[in-house]
Amino acid sequence: MSGWESFRGFLETDAADAGCGETFRLLAAYVDRELESADAELDYPGLAVHLRVCGPCAEDFSGLLAAAGTAELEAP
Amino acid sequence: MPGSAIHTIGPKGRQVDPVGMGHPGAMDRAVSIAPARARLDRESAEWLGALEGSGALRDAALGRLHALLLRVARAEAGRRASGMGVSGPELEDVAQQAADDALLAILRKLGQFRGDSRFTTWAYKFVGVEVASKLTRHAWRKAAPGRVEEDWDLLPDRFGFGPAEAAEWEEMFAELRRAVHQDLTSRQRRIFVAIVLQGVPLDVLVQELGSNRNAIYKSLFDARRKLRARLVANGYMDDEARRG
Repeated sequence: MSGWESFRGFLETDAADAGCGETFRLLAAYVDRELESADAELDYPGLAVHLRVCGPCAEDFSGLLAAAGTAELEAP
Repeated sequence: MPGSAIHTIGPKGRQVDPVGMGHPGAMDRAVSIAPARARLDRESAEWLGALEGSGALRDAALGRLHALLLRVARAEAGRRASGMGVSGPELEDVAQQAADDALLAILRKLGQFRGDSRFTTWAYKFVGVEVASKLTRHAWRKAAPGRVEEDWDLLPDRFGFGPAEAAEWEEMFAELRRAVHQDLTSRQRRIFVAIVLQGVPLDVLVQELGSNRNAIYKSLFDARRKLRARLVANGYMDDEARRG
């Protein structure tokens, strides 16, 4: 990716972007849906947009996906 | 700069309750539609029953939950620590503290669990936040360069422009600098300078400004839109890809 492409991508915004707060609130549901059927974007399009552009939230998503995906069903 | 500049210029991490959940859908409008509340699965119902109960059952559940959180914290700390200069006992300390703090956060927010995910997925979200926040602060304290007030010569490099490409776009960057000074609010300008020019991690800035991730992200989002509009209006960029 050239510097220009990177720069242009930085300046592009999408009104559908859910933002960090909404993404955090719904992230667990998004992750469970993704683990179940890999189509969480259908129910949470705004989160999907946000996770493509926000590095910190994308890292949260990756970590939670790994944690929830490797853990067996846990009961107390 | 894969995905977005924010991917590169806003590294990982978050402080306790830093996200700004009081402003869901804080871009131009709320856009995510959550599914109707699902019935709790058996494990989630058992967790809630035990944690909202009392006595030995609750104590056992707290111990079990903390053990799970610690396991996730260790894995997450290991995953994120690569390249951050944190390892060994320091990393274990981060994991321990993250598990402790996450448990407190979970108990404090237990009433907010809506059952639209497994309880454990919801709980693990908090430990991830704690690990990220602690690691980011730790790494930034150790490795942060001296803060240069505003070195605009760094701007092309921050986006991956080589010398030849930077020279080609010199006028555009001069226009961008004028737009930062003339079109942004003082807060937007401060956030743009910190994150883009100075490379301050988003979550470090959250702590410095006593703000939350959502508010900082929204300010930068609005700044990006203003700057792009200026560059489009002055012929440095086309408007074809504009979506918001």
